[in-house]
Parts: sequence; structure tokens; C-alpha cells
Amino acid sequence: MSKVEVKSLFKEYSGRQVLKGITFSVQKGEFFVLLGPNGSGKTTLLKILDLLEEPTSGEVWLNGEPVDYSSSKERVMLRRRIGMVFQQTVLFNMSVLDNVAYPLKVRGERNFEQKVKSVLELVQLKGFERKNALTLSGGEAQRVAIAQALVTEPELLLLDEPTANLDPKNASIVEEVISHINREKEITIIMTTHNVSQVENLADRVAILDGGRMELLGTFQEIFRSPSPNKNLAMDNIFHGVSRITNEGTSIIDIGDGVHIEAAFKRVGNVTIHVPPEDIILSKYPLISSARNTFEGTITQITDIGHIVRLRVKVMSIKDFIVQVTKRSFNEMQLNIGSKVYIAFKASSVQAN
Amino acid sequence: MYEGIFWEEVLNITLLSLKVSGLATLIGALIGIPIGTFLGLRRFKGKRTIMRFVDVIMKTIVNTFMGLPPVVVGLIVYLLLTASGPLGWLGLLYTPMAMIMTQLIIVIPIIIGITMSAVGSIEKSIREKALSLGATETQAALLVLREARMGVLSSIIAAFGAAISEVGGIMITGGNIRWWTRTLTTAIVIETELGNFTMALTLGAILLTIAFIINLALTIIQVKGARE
Repeated sequence: MSKVEVKSLFKEYSGRQVLKGITFSVQKGEFFVLLGPNGSGKTTLLKILDLLEEPTSGEVWLNGEPVDYSSSKERVMLRRRIGMVFQQTVLFNMSVLDNVAYPLKVRGERNFEQKVKSVLELVQLKGFERKNALTLSGGEAQRVAIAQALVTEPELLLLDEPTANLDPKNASIVEEVISHINREKEITIIMTTHNVSQVENLADRVAILDGGRMELLGTFQEIFRSPSPNKNLAMDNIFHGVSRITNEGTSIIDIGDGVHIEAAFKRVGNVTIHVPPEDIILSKYPLISSARNTFEGTITQITDIGHIVRLRVKVMSIKDFIVQVTKRSFNEMQLNIGSKVYIAFKASSVQAN
Repeated sequence: MYEGIFWEEVLNITLLSLKVSGLATLIGALIGIPIGTFLGLRRFKGKRTIMRFVDVIMKTIVNTFMGLPPVVVGLIVYLLLTASGPLGWLGLLYTPMAMIMTQLIIVIPIIIGITMSAVGSIEKSIREKALSLGATETQAALLVLREARMGVLSSIIAAFGAAISEVGGIMITGGNIRWWTRTLTTAIVIETELGNFTMALTLGAILLTIAFIINLALTIIQVKGARE
């Protein structure tokens, strides 16, 4: 179980190919991350690994045995050794205690109090036992979902963008829990994300998925510290340009179309840079700040992802920047498509690959 | 003396109404909830077009029957129960039992329809989550039904509301016989025709009160559901 092998996996939904021949294997205790944009097939792949979806062709081997997707008995048996956390948190209309005890109850376990108690402590929700799970905040709810997946001490943990809809505080609690159980309990983890810093902090190996194909596979160092044309597709705010060093010891990168970005590193020549969307400040008025990079732009796209809103801001009517703001500030700023905005970010936020 | 009989008749009529509609709703729930759950739980994976077609037809039939005119139901039940009809030998025409049968046919599609959509709307996410937590298909289905409980409860309340205010069907099959098959709605019809407005208005007020209580219960459930 703890070893996962995926062999030329294909998945088709009513004629549309979602997975187009995926092959990889994950070792026992490994933290494996699937990185890729929305619609790249990450969720489908995890659902196949959790035996919730059946592959159109190809095989999955768990612990050296091929999975028989047609046997409902085997599906239940294997699923009981796997934990999965979904991107969209689904909890049941019952107390937190009953939610977390549910996976134990369906396995016929009677003495769950102690297990539930300790897993709730792990996700820092001690004292929440009696609350109705549907009254929790998004971050608390996702932590309950993680507790549900962990309470049975699975051998394999599947995490589908577990922090995607969370505020930074909850996201860091979740990351802490995940890295703790990976280290302490040697649980094999397969996680999807589009947050690159998570990959760097948590993953042993990364696979980049795009359009149902696996584009790259390797350690973070191998993928992000070596030149390669494919790695960018999983990330937002990637720009290619020519860098030169300024008198102050920083770099100015000309990314074309008259847009220059200042970075804290020293590099000369061709570089690929990345600006994390969460590092960009958004304003309705021109900014006077210490941030070295300020641009005027127009909002061209608004994507609501729970507590956070992702905005596409077009600068110089050609360069797209992705900016993340909380829903609350988005509402307060009364932004619309076409709104004129100013974006700013520090030179130290600019990362070079 | 007259006063006493007046209130006695009001009580008789009210109790009969509650009994007929209550029993019809109870039996309807026992039949309709399992069927509605089954229909709501069915998943059609797109592999078999014929199955999806059957599904659409089934759901269309349920929706059509949800809006069935009670008078038509009354007519059909009458033809079944009349002396020369196929069920005439039961001798049920113009009895409370005939009225219960009539209302049963009216409430079953309502209970099936609302249960079906309550179950169907949460089926995918709850079932998938339960399965991933190690539930068997049966355990997952039971959990879906449990999570849809508010929707199921509102189907029962809505069904009772439709039954208690229904008039055309039970008028035909019950016959509106005084002290025997006269309900709130049928009594209002006859008392109005006879010019007994005191009686008609009293019964109307009782019916309105019952309708208010039913809607209050439904609203409380909906508000609770929205908050959750």
C-alpha cells in the first residue's frame, strides 16, 4: 500500500481525455507532489488512486499488487487504508466528534474517543468536539476534514490542494500537520497544489502535470533550479527577460513591452522570474511605498476561490499579473472587470529560477 | 343546545380532516421516501444512454404527478371503487378509507419528488466523501439519506399541506356525508352553498390556522437549512 505505482493511466469522460498516459511510482514514506494548473487532471488522478474513479485504461499498483477496480469489496478494503482530503471541504451535519468518528464507525470500531481526541489535538481543534461541523469556518472545516482522513492512521494520504481555499494562518497549520505526520509516521503522501513554495518546503519529489500529461518529474532542485522550458506552466506570474545589475546592487529585468522589474538578486543576462501572487499589493490609487515595483493596470479577470479572490491585472495592456486578495478586501475595494488598479511588490519578492 | 352541536360538528370535521390527511401522509411517506431516495441516489455514468433515458422519463413522470389535479385523481379512484368498478367489491366508496386512498395518490408524487431532489442535490459530494472515508455503498447511502433529512421532512410537511387543503378528490370519493366523510374543505363548500357562513368561516379559520402551522414548520426548516 505504502508503495504506489501508476502505469500508463488514461481517463476519459464522455469522449474528453483528462489523463493521457500517466506513469510514475511513489516510494514508502515519500512526500510526492503533483503540481499543475487547474484542469490538468490532478484531482482525477487522486480520485483514481482513492478508487473513487475507475481508469479508462492503465493500471494502479498498490504495495506491489494491481488494483482490481471492478471488485467493490476490494475497493472498500483498499480505501480503508487510504486517507483523502478533498479540495472542496465536505462535512456531515453532525458534531465535529461524530464527523471525525465516522470513518472509525464504518469500520466497526467502538472505542474511538481517544483516537478522535488525539487527532483533533493534532489539527489544533481541541475543544471543538461538540460543535456542529457545519458551523465552522472554512479553515476549521478543512482541519476537521484532515482529522477525518488521519484518524484511521492510513498508510497512504492523498491531499487535493488542501490549502487552496485557506487563509495564511490556517494554511500554515495544515502544512505543519502534513509535514509532521509525514516525518513522524512515515505515511506516504501524494499532494496536489499550485503553490510552488509548498513544493519547496514539503516535497521529496515533484511531478508537473499539464493537460493530462506528466511533463516533468524530479526533486524540487532538479526542476526549479535547472533551466527547462516546461516548468513554468504550473506557476503564475512567470516572466522571461534580460537582467542587468544596477548601481545599487539590485537587478533590473526587462521583460519586454516596456515593463521593467526590479529584483533583489544579482543576475546578468537571460532569466526567468516568478512573482508570487500573494506578494503583490493591490490598490485603487497610485502607491507611495517602499515597494520597488509599481505598475498601473486594468482588471481583466476575476476568479473567486473561496476566501480569496484571484485577479488578472493587465499591465501596459500586454503583461498579465495574477494578484490574490482576500474576499473581504476585494468587496471593500468594489472592484470590477475593467477597473483601473495599481499593483506593487518588493524587489525581494521577485524570484529567479 | 344548538351551540353544542355546532362545536361538536366543527370538532368532528376537523378531526376527520386531520385523520384522513395524516394517515394519507404517513402511508405516503412510507412508500414515497424509499422510492424518492432510490431515484435520488441513482447514478447514470453516461455509458448507457438507455438508462439515462429511463431516468429522465421516471423523473418527468414524478414531476407531472406532483401537479396532478386532485379532481382527476378523485374521478379515477371513484371509477375504481364504484360498485361496478374493479375494486367495487371492497365497498369502500364514500368512506374515509376511499378519501385516504385518494389523498395517498396525491401525496406520494410530492414526497417522492421532494425527497428525490433533496437526496440528489447532496448525493455526489456526500457519497464520495463517505466512500473515501471507508464506508461501503450501503453505509454511504444511509449517510446521504441522513444528510438529506431536512429535505425529507419538508417533503412530508408539504405533502400534508397539499392533502389537508385538497377538496376536489375527496368530494368525489368521500361523498361529503355529514358526520361521516365531511372534511374541512368539503364542509366549507356545502356550508357556503347553504348560506351557513358562520360555519363556513369557522372551518375556514381552522384550515387557515393549520396551513399557517404547516408553513411555519417549513419555514423553520428552511431557515435552519440556510444557516447550516
